[in-house]
Amino acid sequence: MKNIGHKIVFLSFFVLILVQANAQRFPKPEFESGYEQPSPTTPEPRSNALEYLDVLILFASLSLASWLVIKRRSRRGVLWLSIFTLLYFGFYREGCICSVGSIQNITLALFDPVYKISITVLIFFLLPLVFALFFGRTFCAGACPLGAIQDILVFRPVSIPVWVRKALGFIPYLYLGLAVLYAATGTDFIICRYDPFVGFFRMDGPYTMIIIGIALLLLGLFFARPYCRVFCPYGVLLNWMSRFSKYHMTITPAECISCKLCEPSCPFDAIEIPVSEKVRTQKVLRQNLKRFSLYALLIPVWMFIGGYAVSSSHVLLSKAHQDVYLSELLIAHPELKSDTKNLDIKAFLESGKTFDELVANASLIRAKFKSGGWFLGGFLGLVIGIMIMNQFVFRTKTIYEPHKGDCFSCGRCMDYCPVVKLK
Amino acid sequence: MAEDKIIKRREFIHTGVRFALGISLAGIGVAAARKTTAEKWVWQIDPAKCTQCGRCATDCVKSPSAVKCIHAYEVCGYCDLCGGYFKPGVKKMETGGENHLCPTAAIQRKFIEEPYFEYVIIEELCIGCAKCVKGCSSFGNGSLHLQIRHNLCDNCNECAIARVCPSDAISRVPASQPYIIKGDFHGGTKA
Repeated sequence: MKNIGHKIVFLSFFVLILVQANAQRFPKPEFESGYEQPSPTTPEPRSNALEYLDVLILFASLSLASWLVIKRRSRRGVLWLSIFTLLYFGFYREGCICSVGSIQNITLALFDPVYKISITVLIFFLLPLVFALFFGRTFCAGACPLGAIQDILVFRPVSIPVWVRKALGFIPYLYLGLAVLYAATGTDFIICRYDPFVGFFRMDGPYTMIIIGIALLLLGLFFARPYCRVFCPYGVLLNWMSRFSKYHMTITPAECISCKLCEPSCPFDAIEIPVSEKVRTQKVLRQNLKRFSLYALLIPVWMFIGGYAVSSSHVLLSKAHQDVYLSELLIAHPELKSDTKNLDIKAFLESGKTFDELVANASLIRAKFKSGGWFLGGFLGLVIGIMIMNQFVFRTKTIYEPHKGDCFSCGRCMDYCPVVKLK
Repeated sequence: MAEDKIIKRREFIHTGVRFALGISLAGIGVAAARKTTAEKWVWQIDPAKCTQCGRCATDCVKSPSAVKCIHAYEVCGYCDLCGGYFKPGVKKMETGGENHLCPTAAIQRKFIEEPYFEYVIIEELCIGCAKCVKGCSSFGNGSLHLQIRHNLCDNCNECAIARVCPSDAISRVPASQPYIIKGDFHGGTKA
């Protein structure tokens, strides 16, 4: 009977809550039985010290990779290092923290006045680039888990025609540009969202991610390191740095004897074969110079066309932003405002923000996309312009060398060189 | 002689560009360094903003979600009729299992003394669906609320739930204060 009485008391409280909303509806009871109130547990996040340890391990693996390919010239060593990287940064750290994704954090930190980043993120962004500036892309060889998972699955690489490679080589620039635009406008981190291998590292993930990951790994059996060569946006930056690096891995330890043995050794088609002097006639040279200058002059035109094209598609691009999407939806379908099943609309209505505020914010973001589109399009136009212009750059080559920008410094070619360094 | 000159010129350009690239890296470093903190950042749910939409259970990259229900005992009224425990609208209110709201039976209740009950969340069973949270905040003190558990969270670069959270309740907090727990509690920030 007593119990029912209490229930009635509590039920009457339910009525009361309609009147006073936010106060503590039911006071904390005073216990007579000596009951001690427990506290909720709060497991700590991974400690800061361990984050610094990650930085240390990155530094160590970059140093070791650079030493292994340049000084020690050991492919086997690089292989073991990349397996360690795969296990540590991949499976143990579950793919997060990663230099590739850090591009977006740095971008957002530069554009968003309140967004803060941990110092470890900045170091993860800068360190591989600094190493590439001195030793080439040793990050790709031994310190990148995404590279490592693909590298150990290079089974029977096929050589890809130059024009296909050149055309596909544009995609990383596009990916980088879009990633920066989406990060700068605070819309999305697309590099992380479409990371194909993080699902394997976590042994968990949405099925699309796993399917794309498996497809890329299968493709990688023949088209070696497909993500690195066709998508990786960080690879663009590493490529720039590595082209002008102070030191770089060489195929031969001493003098190249042009024996051609290393020619098929690179699974990534990154070895440049010697070009004979004979093709370089005066006539060809003059013609090339003419074309080179013409296409150099055309670069501003590409940039303008690119800028105009991307900027005019700002409406489409900005749809990815939640506020733009929601305001567009509500303008097109005002009747949805009373739709209680749509979680986004419901939460927006409960948030107390007015519709005008939402639209104002959406148009602000859209304006950012419009101006950002000029930068992105201009950048892509510049890339295309330089790519076309470079078709007419002609350099004589007498020895076999890796292309400093495209070479991952994996060291496979070194074992093919018959030359021995005499001390 | 001419070849030598070309090589020297090439080397000079290379060194020049290398320095330019180095300086621009340093520039990015300095510009970004003003926004850096020694501490790391972790994701957390602000219970004051949460609208219990249920996406925490479905959108986390972990399955089951790293979001779990937390019980802030300090705020709890130790009710007999717990809105987070019983299903609303059932014909008869009893303590029988068929009345329980939690889809995984992760809430247990213990009798303390007349008429008070203690509610305990079994974290292994909780999927972060927020059904009990909704009930508790609609009909009770709101002591049940969602939190991201940092022993389970991968601390993704961009939280997959934050991206779809309709009420912007998930944001990054400094790792030294990783929880926003309701009531007076030392382990987290007071909400």
